[in-house]
This record gives sequence, structure tokens and C-alpha cells, in this order.
Amino acid sequence: MMKLYFVMLFLFVFPAQNIFANESSESINSLDSSFELLTSKSFSDKTKAIEAISESGHPSALGILSSLLDGKLYYGKKDKKIVKIEKIDSKIFKTFDPLNNDSLGEKKKRELRKVGINNKLRGLLNEKIAKLTIFSEDKKTRLQATRNILKNLNPSSVEIIRNAVKQESDADVRELMQICIYAADAQSNDREIKLNAIRSLSGSLYPEIGILLDKLNTEQLAKSEKDTELLEALDESIESTKLKKGFYKQIENIFFGLSLGSVLLLAAVGLAITFGVMGVINMAHGEMLMLGAYTTFVIQQLMPNAIEYSLFIAIPAAFIFTGLVGIGIERGVIRYLYGRPLETLLATFGLSLILQQAVRSIFSPLNRSVITPDWMSGSYEFNPALSLTYNRMYIVLFALLVLFALLWLLKKTSFGLQMRAVTQNRNMAKAMGIRTNWVDSLTFGLGSGIAGVGGVALSQLTNVGPNLGQAYIVDSFMVVVFGGVGNLWGTFFGAMTLGIANKFMEPFTGAVFAKILVLIFIILFIQKYPRGMFALKGRAAES
Amino acid sequence: MKHKPIIFRLLETDKGGRYFLAVILALMVIVPFCNLVVPETSAFHMSTYVVTLVGKYLTYALLAISLDLVWGYLGILSLGHGAFFGLGGYAMGMYLMRQIGDRGVYGHPVLPDFMVFLNYKELPWFWHGFDMFWFAFIMIFFVPGLLAFVFGWLAFRSRVTGVYLSIITQALTYALMLAFFRNNFGFGGNNGLTDFKDILGFDLQSDATRVALFICSGLAVILGYLICKFIVQSRLGSLVTAIRDSEGRVRALGYRDEYIKLFVFVVAAMLAGLAGALYVPQVGIINPGEFSPINSIEMVIWVAIGGRGTLYGAALGAVVVNFAKTYFTAAAPEVWLFMLGGLFVFVTLFLPKGIVGAVKNFASKSGKKIEPDANKANVG
Amino acid sequence: MAITNVNEPSALHLPDESILYLDGVTVSFDGFKAINNLSLYVNKNELRSIIGPNGAGKTTMMDIITGKTRPDEGRVIFDDMTDLTVTSEADIANLGIGRKFQKPTVFENHTVFENLKLALEGRRKVFENLFFKLTEEDKDRIHEVLEIIALQEYLSREAGELSHGQKQWLEIGMLLMQNPKLLLVDEPVAGMTKQESEHTAELLTKLAEKHSVVVVEHDMEFVRSLANRVTVLHQGSVLAEGSMDSVQNNQKVIEVYLGEQ
Repeated sequence: MMKLYFVMLFLFVFPAQNIFANESSESINSLDSSFELLTSKSFSDKTKAIEAISESGHPSALGILSSLLDGKLYYGKKDKKIVKIEKIDSKIFKTFDPLNNDSLGEKKKRELRKVGINNKLRGLLNEKIAKLTIFSEDKKTRLQATRNILKNLNPSSVEIIRNAVKQESDADVRELMQICIYAADAQSNDREIKLNAIRSLSGSLYPEIGILLDKLNTEQLAKSEKDTELLEALDESIESTKLKKGFYKQIENIFFGLSLGSVLLLAAVGLAITFGVMGVINMAHGEMLMLGAYTTFVIQQLMPNAIEYSLFIAIPAAFIFTGLVGIGIERGVIRYLYGRPLETLLATFGLSLILQQAVRSIFSPLNRSVITPDWMSGSYEFNPALSLTYNRMYIVLFALLVLFALLWLLKKTSFGLQMRAVTQNRNMAKAMGIRTNWVDSLTFGLGSGIAGVGGVALSQLTNVGPNLGQAYIVDSFMVVVFGGVGNLWGTFFGAMTLGIANKFMEPFTGAVFAKILVLIFIILFIQKYPRGMFALKGRAAES
Repeated sequence: MKHKPIIFRLLETDKGGRYFLAVILALMVIVPFCNLVVPETSAFHMSTYVVTLVGKYLTYALLAISLDLVWGYLGILSLGHGAFFGLGGYAMGMYLMRQIGDRGVYGHPVLPDFMVFLNYKELPWFWHGFDMFWFAFIMIFFVPGLLAFVFGWLAFRSRVTGVYLSIITQALTYALMLAFFRNNFGFGGNNGLTDFKDILGFDLQSDATRVALFICSGLAVILGYLICKFIVQSRLGSLVTAIRDSEGRVRALGYRDEYIKLFVFVVAAMLAGLAGALYVPQVGIINPGEFSPINSIEMVIWVAIGGRGTLYGAALGAVVVNFAKTYFTAAAPEVWLFMLGGLFVFVTLFLPKGIVGAVKNFASKSGKKIEPDANKANVG
Repeated sequence: MAITNVNEPSALHLPDESILYLDGVTVSFDGFKAINNLSLYVNKNELRSIIGPNGAGKTTMMDIITGKTRPDEGRVIFDDMTDLTVTSEADIANLGIGRKFQKPTVFENHTVFENLKLALEGRRKVFENLFFKLTEEDKDRIHEVLEIIALQEYLSREAGELSHGQKQWLEIGMLLMQNPKLLLVDEPVAGMTKQESEHTAELLTKLAEKHSVVVVEHDMEFVRSLANRVTVLHQGSVLAEGSMDSVQNNQKVIEVYLGEQ
């Protein structure tokens, strides 16, 4: 209730200072004249109109300005009457009276002309809208309003903030408002206020503050009489802002690295398992990723009205489908080649060519677009310097989930026990009555299935095309080489290390060169650890 | 026996090799004759296109022989052999680029067209010297050899073997491909090097030059075959196959297996470089696609199909597969990848010793006496 | 010829009659100590048997001597004061240590003759081998060894076609070609018939006349037939040492082999 009261107070008291009258009839008149100015071609006329509307105190002022900003304000070519429109299709618009939202019927597009704005006006509009919304009931709106004011800081808007901050109850909004005020104070002529403001701005992450501090710094440096205390304060603030930004940049890098690492983990873990258990490198493993991604595409085609849930169906579908393909490959080809790992490598490479060409023939060689559900799009903003996208966050979580599921499978189930037994000593396992054939098939199916699931995740990050698998296969090999086999944690650390290393080098070297460096690093790394970071030692390594 | 020329001693027990060299020599006579002497109206005339095509196959044959030395004898499945082929090709390409001189589109006296286009102010340091043929000729062997030496020294010293080594060789050629695709790497980016004009002053488009290049390719194949044959027939060759079969025993006998591997690897890389250098003037272009991992792995299938560990079998495989490729990519491009993929599976499952192995097997089953393998000769 | 106390503090140089000295060697795999502070002397021209239950560290000890495995601690001193723990495998072989592996390891795709030819003493460099020519002495030497290992009739057979016992002999023959000072022989009679075993015992005894020989074996009868000094390894260190009889009556050895009673 208090807030509402202040809103009323603001709307009625504040405009009273202006030359425009505070009576409602007069404000309507003034809006008429403003509307006339809006139809003018001159941007300075439009500026005047926006100023006038915002200060008119008219209940529809906010709506009008927002419509203008969104490009929904039009006027008749003939009667020059301003209308608000809603598109029906590209030719016909519904029109409304901007003052009271009464419908004015449908009009053809060519009868109307848009009220054009430029960037400067857009800034002005943002500021004016901010002023009108700073007392909104909704915290988000208030934050957004304050944010917009910070973007185009000027004395009048700062005055609003100074008033608003007094009655602001929310700590987040108050903090942002305080930053606005400090930003204004930093440009004050009063040295004490200025100094205090600059010190208070230390470590603020808003890009505007960074620019402001830099500007003040060059101003100070340009002066003939240097105020050392002020300069020191500036330096300190700039430094701490930079430091903090750098810190968040690193966090962002780590996050990107982790998400790339998660993709690599999903791609490589199946490879590592099959290599560990069967000593076989599956060159068609990348194609399992691709098949998983295409499964997602097909599922989405089958249920176009339930895209939000499509992934929950695609994940098990991809797992089962690619798993079956994997078992088929094992039964059809690989089991005839045991003990000949290099031949297996060639045969599976041949299979990868066939699978790629099959997909090309069935789905066309062009990329297919897989839709990202709403709940996975967008990003979460932690602070102005750090916002993380949801799809990557989900992929990190998903990869961890898969990893733990696998760990559970290996440690707690009898199939896992048999798999580990075959990894360590195939002959002994056989002698103990483990059906190694059966373990091999299921292992291969499992590895392929995980890759398929990885393909579902990948379809949310990149284009789905026949060459999808090729793009990740070399990296997956590197993960296996780096992490060693027979140890899931090795694969995990391998994937994450490579992911993060890639992302950390990118800003310095560019993406391609970063990749080259990682490859060279691995070639050197394998010198020291020919069997990977987490290799088995002693007798286990011999066989 | 001791005083016979070395060629005879090499081929004494190598019946397949004798046939192989005879075929190459015959080609070197017949092809130029059919192209230059037989009139165009005759049914026996061979177009320059065909001469170049067969010449290209010959360079592939040399490449396959060098890969067979590494895979068939030493037992290292190199999935990055294309890297050496590509480097040799680039060395030759750089020479040919410099030969263009001021006849390029931009007419710059020193800088090749792509450098002018990319605003290079001066020639990068690694392009110096390539205006001289002798220098380029050395580099054709030196650059692939050096890469093989450094890479091999690192890999063999730390005993990287088996699939690990295969994957690392693939990473090597993949890294090179990424690097050469970059414009600022100084090798023309993804367009590579092309628009060559002449070689040693001879017009690359003329029939006579094409035939000369063809003959050079034939000679290179013969030379490469004899070099490889000399290696595999020596005691070093016995050691090479011994390493393939039981590395630990070779080491326990006191041999530095890494040096032996390194020697073979470097020789093979140099021969691959030579193959690349002969390939480029005949096809008229070299681009980073030559470094793509799929190219290198395709070479492996040539060797596998022909029959690894026989040298001439590898050459045969290269020609057969590439002939099929030329035919099918023109007639039914969709089918080709299915076929190639199918070949990989078929050969590994049903023809583990390739065509040559199958023929030998057939011959021995039908009761004919077959010659002993190279490494079983020389007894007593 | 008496073996010095194995726990003697590290000597700076070997007693004249010794050829190999393991000094406080320890190696562990993932926390498991395969060899635990092992010290051991082997004398010149001695035929030494090493026995011990499974996992006692016998093969690991051989791996350490030949440089295949590097110990975490300790030294291995050979003949001329060379520390083998910092010498490469190939150099160790060329110093004069030959090894027969537990599993017979010969070049199965090479003939018996080629196998021996590759084992010929000297000429280990790459280019020496590229331009190698077999001399008359080489041939004589090969035939000499062929006679010792009784494979004269098999010289042009592929080694892969030989019987298990013949492969073991061929491997020993290859060691002989190297003319080593010390032969390490891992389970030479595994899978051999009684007759073959006897021949092998004769062979090894004869070899010990000119070379030092260390034999690792499970077959107690065979070890007894060698009639030499025996070292018992247990959990990576020496449990007992002495003649076969004394070792067999050693209470500790009995416990280890038969379990505590």
C-alpha cells in the first residue's frame, strides 16, 4: 500500500514542477501537441514529444512510450492520427487509440506509417520509461528501470533515483540505485563527494561504471594540477573493478570449459569403456553421437506439439537405438576380429563411412535443425559480468548424471562386476564362467548407447549433420589417450582438463590454434605417460 | 652370387617384385608412346588426361609402398601418413608457386597471388629458397623426414605402441590440417597452392612435360620399391619384422628398437614426401584437404587390399582402389562411400592378407610350389 | 664362494667374485610393494636358483635387473660398477645380461636360423644391420649353438612351428649367441616333458661353467636337480638362502609354502 501511495504521489506531484499544466484536460491537450510532434520527421521534434509525454503524468504515458520503443506506434498517412497497432499479418494491422486502448478497427499497412526512432531516441525512451517504472510493484521491473537509468545517466534521472532509493525496500534494487547515485556523484564538482563516490564504486561490475571510471581517470590525468588522492582512488577503483571482472571472466571460462568437457565426456566415456574392456578402438563411435542427434531430430518431427518434452523421450530412444546399432556392429563385425585391434580400427572406420553415407542418403547432406525447448534456452545472470546459459548448465549436469549412473553400474551391479573382471583379465574371467561374449556385446552396446545419449545433448549445442561425429571423434580419442582406460575418473578428468584447457587458450590463440596446441600437448604428454594419466600399473598393465 | 649387381640380388627371390617392376617399366614405355607417337585418331592413342591419371596412380603406388614399410613390416598402423605426402606436396607446390613469378593475377614479382590478396608485405621466411629447384628438391625429403624424425623420436622413445600410436598419428595429421587451413599460416589457407605455370622452365600444360612427369613417377616407384626391398631384405629388415612380432625380445637382445623404428619411419616419410612432390605438378593443386585424417586412413586400405608386407601388393592395392574410386565417383558418387566403407569391413574380415595373400593362398592350395617369404630366404 | 650376509650395508664396490648386487631395491605398483628392500649377491660363474610362491616378486626382480621396470629405491650394481637402474634396456643387454622370458619369446615368423642370426653378438647399430653380411665365423657360431640346443635339423623351420620345449631352447640359444656374462632364465622348464627338463638342467649346468646363471623356477624337482644354491623370495624380499636341503627344512619357508600350522 505504501508503494502505491508513492506511485500516486510521484505521478501527480512530480510533473507539477513542469511548465505543462497539471490538470488532466490540459495534459490531454499537451499529448495532442506531442502526438503532432511525433509525426514530424525531425528527431529533435520527437525528442520534445517524448519529453512531454513522459512528463505529462497521463496514465497511458508509459504505454505510449513502450509502444514507441517497440515500434508499435504508427500514424495515418492522411489524418496523421497516432495509433497503436497489433499485427494480424504482414499487410493488415489492428489499431488502437494509444490514450485509452479503445479499438479503432483494422487498417491496411500501407495506409499507415511507423513512427521511426533512432538510437539516441531509444536511449531517451529507455530513460523515460525507467523513470515511469522505477516505482513499479514488480521488483524485476524496478531493477530493469534502474539498470536503464544507469545506461543513460543524466542529472534528472539521478534525481528520481535519489528519491526512489529512500523508499526502496529491496536490497538488490537499493544497491543498484546506490551505484547509480555514486556514478552521478563521481562526476560531481564537490571533491569530497566525488572522492567518496569513486571509492564506493570500487569493484562494481557494470560496464558503464568501467567506462565512467576510465573517463574520469583520463580527465584527471589531463589536468595540469594533479589531485593525487583522487587519482589514487581512481586507480584503486579501476584496478579492483578489473580484477573482479577478470575473476568472473575466469569463472566463465571454467564454465565454458566444463561444458565442453562434459560434451567430450559424453563422447569419450563409451570409447574408454569399450577400449578398456575389449581393447578395441571403435572408429564409428563418432557416428553413434551423430545417430543420437538424429534420433532427437526424428523424435521432434514425430511430436511437433510437445517439443518441451521431446528430450525426455529422445534420451531413452537414442540410448536404445544406438545401443542396438552398437550390439549389431559387435555381433556382425568386431567379434570376428578379437586380438587384432588395428584391424578392428579399420573395419569400424569403414562402418563409420557407411553410417555417414546412409544418413546423407536418408536425411540429405544438409544440417537439420533440432529445436531447443524453452526451459533450456536463455541464461542466468549472476552479476553484470557473469551470465551462464541454461543449455550448457543442463549439459554439465546431464554429463555428471551419466557418469554417476555408469559408476553405479560398474560398482554395484553384477554386469559391472563382470565387465571389470573382463577388463582386468579376460582369460581368468572366462575361466570363472563369465560369458565374455555376452559381456563384450553388452559393453559395446552400452558404450554406443552412451554416445547416442551424448548425441542428444550435442544436438542442443550445435548443428546436426552427417559429419557431426567426425568433429568430435579426434577430441574423444585425445580424452581417452589423456585419461587412460579402465578408469572412469581418468576419462572424467581427461575430458574436463582438455575442455578447460581449450577454452582457456582460445582467447589468446584463437579456437583453431588452441586445438592444435592441445594436440601437440597430448603428443608430448604421452611421452611421460604412454598409457594415460590414470593407467593401470604392474601386472594389470601387461595383458 | 656375391658379384652380381645389387638389383639382381634383391630380386632373386622376389618373383612378385620382378613382375611388378616389369609392369612399371612397360608402362613407362607404352604410355608415352601411345600418347606422343600414336596419332590421336588411332584407337590406341592415350589422351594426356589418361597419362596424368595413371601418373597420379603411380604416385599413390609409391605412397602405398612407403606406408607398407611402416605398417606391413614394422607393424605401426600410421593413420597420419598423408601428413608426409602433403608436406612433400607443399614443398613442390611452393617451388611451383615461386616459378609463376610476375605472371600471377596481381603481377607481383615475388609474392604469390594469395599473399598479395592477404596483404603480405614481404615473403615469409620459410618461403625463401623455394625459387631454386635444388632447394625445393632437398626440402621434399627434408621436411617430411624431419617431422617423422621429431615425432618418431618422441613417440618411439616413450614406447607408445598399438592403437595409442595410431591415434596419435591421426592427431598429428589432424593438427597439420587445422594449421594449413589457417590463412595466416602462410600456405594459402583452404585454397592451397594452385595455378602453377611451369616446372624447370617446361610448360606444365604441355603433353611432353606431362609425359616426363609420368616417367619420373615411374622411376620414383621403381627406386622406392628397390630401396624398400633393400631394407626389408637386410638383417635390419629381419629386425624390423622381429620388432613387429616381439618387441620385448628385440630389446632384450640389446637392440635399440626405437632407433630402428625411427630409421624406417623417416625413410617411409621421405618416400611419401617424394610421392607428394610428384603428385602436385600432375594434378595441379595442393590444399589442406590432403592432410585430412580420412585421406590417410584411405591409404591404409589400399595397403590392406593389396596385401600388406609385400610392397608390390601395396602398390597394386593403391592402383585398384583408386581406379575404382575414379570410376565410381564419376558414375555413382553416392555409392562410392558405401563401397569404400564396405571394402574396409570386407578386407579385414575376409581378406586379411589382401589380394596378394589370397592369390598366394590359392596357388599353394592348388599344389604349386611358392617362393619363400623374403625374411625366410638367405638361410645358410 | 660363501654368500655374504644379505643385510650387509651397501658396499661401494663389488667383491671380486661377484657379478651382480641388488642393494635395497624397492618397487611398488599402486601401493603394493612387489619388491621390498631386496638385497642379493650373485657370484661369477654361479648357477643360482630363485624360488618363491606366486607374487613373491621373482619376475619383477628380473624386470628390474634388465631395466624393464625402474625401482623406486635402491641400486642394482653389475660387474663393472654399472648401476643398472639408470641404464637403458638395450645397454643392459649389451653389457652382457641375457634374459629368457617366462613365456617363451622367440621371433615366430622367422626361421630358427634367422632367430639366431639376429642374436649374434655385436653389430647392434642401425646401419651396421642395413649393410650386414654374414661372415664364416658367424655361421660357425650359429651352428655351434644349434648343436648345443639340439635344433640342427630345424634351422630353416619357422620358430612358430617348434614345440614349446624347442622354443624354450631356441630362446636359450639366442642368449648364448649374445655371449652374455649373466643369464637370467625365467621358468625354463615350464611345459616341458621330463626328458626335456633333464636336458635343460644339463644345458644350464654346462652354461654355468662359463657364465653366471640365475634361474627362476617353480618346479622343485628341477631346482633340486640343479644342485646349487637356492634363494627363497617372499613378499619381495629374501626369506632364506642356502642349499636346497637347508632351505626346505627352514621353518619360515615351510610356513610360507604350506601356510601356518
